[in-house]
Amino acid sequence: MAFEGLAERLQGSIQKIRGKGKVNEADVKEMMREVRLALLEADVNFKVVKSFVKQVSERAVGQEVMTSLTPGQQVIKVVKEELTELMGGEQSQIAVGKKPPTVIMMVGLQGAGKTTTAGKLAGLLRKKHNRKPLLVAADIYRPAAINQLETIGKQLSLPVFSMGDQVSPVEIAKAGIEKAKEEHHDYVLIDTAGRLHVDEELMDELKQIKELSSPDEIFLVVDSMTGQDAVTVAQNFDDALGVTGVVLTKLDGDTRGGAALSIRSVTGKPIKFVGMGEKMDALEPFHPERMASRILGMGDMLSLIEKAQTNVDEDKAKEMEKKLRTASFTLDDFLEQLGQVKQMGPLDELLKMIPGANKMKGLDNIDMDGKQLSHVEAIIQSMTVKEKEQPEIINASRRKRIARGSGRPIQEINRLLKQFEEMKKMMKQMTNAQGKGKKRGGMNFPFMQ
Amino acid sequence: MSFFKKLKEKFTTQDTATDKYKDGLSKTRNSFTSRLNDLVANYRTVDEDFFEELEEIMIQADVGFDTVMTLVEELKMEVKRQNIKDTEGIRSVISQKLVEIYYNGEEPDELLNFKENDLTVILFVGVNGVGKTTTIGKLAHQFKNEGKKVVLAAGDTFRAGAIEQLEVWGNRVGVDVIKHSEGSDPAAVMYDAVHSAKAKKADVLICDTAGRLQNKVNLMKELEKVKRVIEREIPDAPHEVLLALDATTGQNAMTQAKIFKEATNVTGIVLTKLDGTAKGGIVLAIKKELGIPVKFVGLGEKMDDLQPFNAEKYVYGLFSDLVDKEELIDDEEERE
Repeated sequence: MAFEGLAERLQGSIQKIRGKGKVNEADVKEMMREVRLALLEADVNFKVVKSFVKQVSERAVGQEVMTSLTPGQQVIKVVKEELTELMGGEQSQIAVGKKPPTVIMMVGLQGAGKTTTAGKLAGLLRKKHNRKPLLVAADIYRPAAINQLETIGKQLSLPVFSMGDQVSPVEIAKAGIEKAKEEHHDYVLIDTAGRLHVDEELMDELKQIKELSSPDEIFLVVDSMTGQDAVTVAQNFDDALGVTGVVLTKLDGDTRGGAALSIRSVTGKPIKFVGMGEKMDALEPFHPERMASRILGMGDMLSLIEKAQTNVDEDKAKEMEKKLRTASFTLDDFLEQLGQVKQMGPLDELLKMIPGANKMKGLDNIDMDGKQLSHVEAIIQSMTVKEKEQPEIINASRRKRIARGSGRPIQEINRLLKQFEEMKKMMKQMTNAQGKGKKRGGMNFPFMQ
Repeated sequence: MSFFKKLKEKFTTQDTATDKYKDGLSKTRNSFTSRLNDLVANYRTVDEDFFEELEEIMIQADVGFDTVMTLVEELKMEVKRQNIKDTEGIRSVISQKLVEIYYNGEEPDELLNFKENDLTVILFVGVNGVGKTTTIGKLAHQFKNEGKKVVLAAGDTFRAGAIEQLEVWGNRVGVDVIKHSEGSDPAAVMYDAVHSAKAKKADVLICDTAGRLQNKVNLMKELEKVKRVIEREIPDAPHEVLLALDATTGQNAMTQAKIFKEATNVTGIVLTKLDGTAKGGIVLAIKKELGIPVKFVGLGEKMDDLQPFNAEKYVYGLFSDLVDKEELIDDEEERE
């Protein structure tokens, strides 16, 4: 999961200063060197890192820290505040044009994921906002790009406007908007060809499309794995077109995602959406404050709850919540939840949203892809009612029987039982932590005590 | 004679390929070398601040954190050893070290492993959107021009329009494309493609695969299976497994290289989109840490914009401003 590595490194460098009763300039300098390296290693642009480090250092050796009774804590608080600042403020909404249709232009480098994102965004507009979007295929350069958008349109049952690859993109955009007006679409998404930010000819073409279609939003689509160059790219596109927002793609990879921090801080343009997977519904609104706390390892319960709300029906969710809270969770419940959890997305990503989960032992090696889930289902279904309620009674001969019944090796059954035990333990820990309150440190929260 | 002069001598007969390198890398070179020159101009003496700034320049070129650290450590030693006091003297040492890091004391393996008079299978892997299909099109064009019989396998059965994209390239270049329908098993496509290529007595089979993020365990397993199927049909195939790498990618490229290598035993890298402002410096680190050489670079969108990689040319492209300057200094010295 993106940002995980960055969070780990930051937490590591901060650990050293946490309990200090006295903080001198050398301590701060030492810590800031590590913070700096952590950010650089995460592909945060070096200029951004520099100003961040400067900002924190100044505040950290200033009055507010030195006069504090717990200076170690104070320094950490400063880091947290500055990092949250870097991530940007409130979540920003997608614009609505004064007169329909609202026009959105997708721009970016080759291979950033514009076409896929255009499709996902159109799907989101219809599903969440009840809109009637029209996709316009204006990428005439890449072979089969139009075909790709048309296929995506078919998958989502959304209309796609195209004129083949022999008409200029400017014409296509114009005709597309006309068509949207005629057919009363309230959103038009123009998928443009990927281009280099230094390709003047093609950048001019984008300017023409912009002039002609006066878009309400120009989304710059950026690959979250982009390195230091992200800033140059974003700046050039912004200078040429006046970008209104950024969509960060492929964030379901294991990139440390520093590009997100850099683009926000250098261009001042908000990140509006993040691409979280290859499925057509894997596009999420970006919540800067939540992302900041995720980077800091403080979890993101809000997103988890929202995910549960959209994917799990309410009665069942309540039941699940109760079970989670009382930790009276049997393998049967586990099986039932599996189906729902599957709908919510990969388990490891859900776990990342739980505060402190990244610090818990055992959780890091729970790895469940789709096939493994069905294996787990088969194993549980091969158990007797009693076994499901009291897994501790499962002895060697029962294990053998379950293995035969499910067609899975015994080791897998052992592993499942162990993982289930770990999950139960985790839930207990969670409920305990809630009871005790964060302040007492029931769990290992970075930045908090 | 300076290090740069030696480099330059290798290119006294400047062929078009070198020009293409220079063109493609001009943006890359300008920002990198101008910053390096600024650095030299800004600092008179070699001190801690100088090294810190140098670290940042390297990091900004996406060279890779550990490599930068190694380089800086070695430079510090060199400065002590040669008793370099001013920044002018250190400039040539910097670039020399970079080349050394890439070569790492071994003879680089930049040529493709071709089977004489038999089918050569090349498998392309990589994350989404790095330019695998485009590179395959360009490579097919190149092989065709060399008089080879080429067959392409449309192994990206996942992404919408991917098969059509490869077909368009197939038509453009004039080579056969073996395909199944969208959503079918890529391993089955490979099986058919291998048999079809054999039956057609093709020289090269280039296999496309769907882009996948390296942390998707099941997708990486699928890729292992694709490779296994090829291996089963032709025991020493695939003869090359090429990882397409976007030059704009940052530190994540190292993880990409590492995990794709574990899954498919990557034999080389194609560094794509090097015609932008990105520097692709991470390839130095990847070569150093994983021993995977770069075999091709993508320098533009045209069919012939794929160039075989040559470390010296690459470095020359990166540093050609510096080379010219160095030479100027040398010439002046000689005149005096």
